[in-house]
Amino acid sequence: MSTQSSNKLSRRPFVAELLKQRNGALVVPGLGSPTWDCFAAGDSPEYLYSWGGMGLAASTALGLALARPDKRILCLTGDGEMMMGIGSLGVIADQAPKNLAILVLDNERFGETGKQKGLTGSSTDLTQVAKGFGIKTTMIVTLQSETQALADLLFRAPGPVFAVAKIALSEDPWRLPEKDGVTIAHRFRVALGIEQA
Amino acid sequence: MAQAIDWSADVLREMKARDINTLCTIPDGGLTRLLNLVSEDQDMRLITLSTEEEGMGVVTGQWLGGKRAMIAMQSSGVGNCINALGFPGVMRVPCLMLVTMRGQWGEFNPWQVSMGQATRPVLEAVGVKCFPVDDPAEIAPTFAAAADFAFNSRLSVAVLVSQRVIGAKGFGQK
Repeated sequence: MSTQSSNKLSRRPFVAELLKQRNGALVVPGLGSPTWDCFAAGDSPEYLYSWGGMGLAASTALGLALARPDKRILCLTGDGEMMMGIGSLGVIADQAPKNLAILVLDNERFGETGKQKGLTGSSTDLTQVAKGFGIKTTMIVTLQSETQALADLLFRAPGPVFAVAKIALSEDPWRLPEKDGVTIAHRFRVALGIEQA
Repeated sequence: MAQAIDWSADVLREMKARDINTLCTIPDGGLTRLLNLVSEDQDMRLITLSTEEEGMGVVTGQWLGGKRAMIAMQSSGVGNCINALGFPGVMRVPCLMLVTMRGQWGEFNPWQVSMGQATRPVLEAVGVKCFPVDDPAEIAPTFAAAADFAFNSRLSVAVLVSQRVIGAKGFGQK
């Protein structure tokens, strides 16, 4: 059972609805909850599940976007993870890959460690930060009804694009995917035709 | 003769021979020539980072997408990378680093000594294989061997270029 503490977006159905529209996009989820959200929406070898390396989701997605200009890349991460790698937004703006989108699931908390308050709940506006780094296309989403417009931005608009979805603090059932890194990387590369199964 | 050796051009040639076409960096004085050569080369991509550990992400994404990238940085930047090195490590993604050393050979800045002296021990503590080199003539061959080791064994590798080399080539020319 999912319980929700506000009228903000409910992360699991919101992520599931978004991923239905990814149309072959590769997904780089940040460690923890965004990884569980992707797995809960349905397993795919095109999801690079992460159990560590906090702060590296955006730079990993950048490396992938530059390697595979034929594919759309979505970095789907949390507010704390994004803050730890915040300078990556400057690197992304500088490299300017047209196929890269970043979505921050922002519950303004460190959800995995006891729901301690994060910086986006008080002073930090991540879309203004992204703009300041030079990412011109940004969006803030607070309503489920905006999901379609967000999907259009993330999966179809010229990148790099940066969006924040304000999500509710919630207690969701544990949905833990594969955690062996070699297995995750191998099946990802198999899905891209780089390695033999 | 040391001054006849253009180790930066030789390293670039070894990179290209191995399809390493992307170089991520936070610059260092001793890397200037290599970084300039890469940025002027139409077949190469230079990625300027905001902090060195972003290089572990870029290299991992590149390799997962079928490309080869590497990182060049000063030894002080290694300290920023330690947790991040576990990320390519757990996926057996080869992470190749070219590190120019500070805080060792005749260092004049005491603020560089702590991380400079700790560079190799902390890299080895997180499983990175280190290839130190202190002769300019040996930099490119050592780099080539380290790169082959990294990509064949899918492990993280650092080439540690002694301050003895950089000092001889770089400092005092300003």
